[in-house]
Amino acid sequence: MSKQELEKVAGNGLINRRHLLGLGLAGVGVAASSSLLGADAGMNLEIPSWSKQPGPGASGYGSRSKFADDMKRLSGNPNPLYPGGGASRSPLHQLQGSITPNSLHFERHHAGIPDIDPSQHKLVIHGLVRQPLVFSYEDLLRYPMVSKIYFLECSGNSGTLFGPNPADGTAQSIHGLVSGAEWTGIPLSTLLDEAGVEPEAQWINAVGADAASMGRSIPLNRAMDDVMIALFQNGEPVRPEQGYPMRLFVPGCEGNISVKWLTQIKLSTEPGHFRDETSKYTDTRLDRKSLQFTYPMGTKSVITSPSGKMKLERQGVYQVSGIAWSGRGSIRRVEVSADGGRTWADAMIQSHQSEKALARFLIPWEWSGGDAILQSRATDSQGNVQPTRTSLVTEKGNISTYHFHGIQSWAVNTAGDVANVYA
Amino acid sequence: MSMLRKRITLGALSFSLCAGISSAVFAQSLGSPISESQLRGFDLIAPPDGSGYPEGGGTAIQGKVIFESRCSACHGMEGEGTSAATRLVGGDMQSEERPIRTVGSYWPHASTLFDYVQRAMPADAPKSLSSSEVYQVIAYILNMNGIIEASLVLNRDSLQQVQMPNKDGFIDSSQAL
Repeated sequence: MSKQELEKVAGNGLINRRHLLGLGLAGVGVAASSSLLGADAGMNLEIPSWSKQPGPGASGYGSRSKFADDMKRLSGNPNPLYPGGGASRSPLHQLQGSITPNSLHFERHHAGIPDIDPSQHKLVIHGLVRQPLVFSYEDLLRYPMVSKIYFLECSGNSGTLFGPNPADGTAQSIHGLVSGAEWTGIPLSTLLDEAGVEPEAQWINAVGADAASMGRSIPLNRAMDDVMIALFQNGEPVRPEQGYPMRLFVPGCEGNISVKWLTQIKLSTEPGHFRDETSKYTDTRLDRKSLQFTYPMGTKSVITSPSGKMKLERQGVYQVSGIAWSGRGSIRRVEVSADGGRTWADAMIQSHQSEKALARFLIPWEWSGGDAILQSRATDSQGNVQPTRTSLVTEKGNISTYHFHGIQSWAVNTAGDVANVYA
Repeated sequence: MSMLRKRITLGALSFSLCAGISSAVFAQSLGSPISESQLRGFDLIAPPDGSGYPEGGGTAIQGKVIFESRCSACHGMEGEGTSAATRLVGGDMQSEERPIRTVGSYWPHASTLFDYVQRAMPADAPKSLSSSEVYQVIAYILNMNGIIEASLVLNRDSLQQVQMPNKDGFIDSSQAL
């Protein structure tokens, strides 16, 4: 099939996603690259050395190829005055699919990672309950568990995009505080029912066992919904940096309320008004009033390839790929623009779609060597549409920098360099 | 004990599967009862209603000494901070320019200051201050912000009376969809 037969569905080279399903695009990919790969194509293939001797056998714990070990979380510089503080970001530009490997799941800590012996760890449920209870790790492992795939996003993710000037960053450095995993645990409602919630209880106060004893409050009606006490992440015990031996998991909501190293749940009539729900994680509006307890993460998408600081080496067909998610449902639609939002084409949503999980999207795009601005726009199952950056900043101002979920722009210049821009 | 409980659990599981009854049926016996009095040294939550404040107390004058030795490396000798994130004093939510948000200008509840210092500060040695030292050091922070007098003895009763300048500045969005 020749390039001319590809159906263009939006400006500046976007190709109908249906070409992903047939042979047409693969044919084009080969055709487009064959002349540049001519040297390889002319070489005689021989049996490589690794095919001539046995390799090492099975091992107790796997590791990745030494040729793929450059994939790392991006962490900031440690601050000696704030031991254990800070964050690390997932390498979104190098990942595929919709599950983040546990070693690469983003982190955010407020006083470092506690070294918890699960046999000594306790989970207490008390306050406005008929019978305060304490659970050991072993106790909790006996409960029936549920497994669900969810995204987790720090509410400060992409916050730099509230700023007046576009950050010269990558998908990882700008958006890497989001990850996806299968979380397995006990519905919190099971344990609350066991303790017996008193009728006047309206809130839970959840506290972790880290050195900051970080606490957050959640309304009881939300806590009784799909909140779980997560003990496993992608099939293995939750990693220490994700809350081992257990964390709260509040699907779709800002990551900070999924309290790690969970040790205390106290039921009360009013929220605790902890520091991380008053001083931090609150959203000051332009009228100087501040929104408190803004839990759900907005409908959002990010193009992870091509993305910031990548370089397109040659003209031709590329796969524009990224992730989309919503704290209020599943992703129904992702559109992509190659001309800064003037025209849009529907991307294919590649992975299965469940509520409050990452969705991988994909659309072929033919780069003609000219300027382009790539954008993506998600719509969720509730009909929420990802807003433009301009409308988000106009509405929310930029006194606070939480909950950025506007459309982000990657500019491709004629040299093929990709950079974050405001468009 | 452990074996016995396990057997009971498994027995109940088969029952619930056969009868189609929810997991709550066999979940009931796994937590161990504990009393609130057993949790006094464990529960650090100090909400705005004052129910979590411990005994002890002191003044800003006492707190200044603690602050200068334990807090000033990050928060500055006058609470001016070493960054926007560590500034504790000043700011005005109604200022023309972008407001500087500190304990004085932004925090809606004095209880949060007690709660946070008690559970998380100083960052290099959390929970190393006594209850009276916490009262004293937060008295100094409140005094630097002009919220209380330097001579006020801050304790569970007087802290309950402290009014923060931005106490009406927040909107509860917890039920927003």
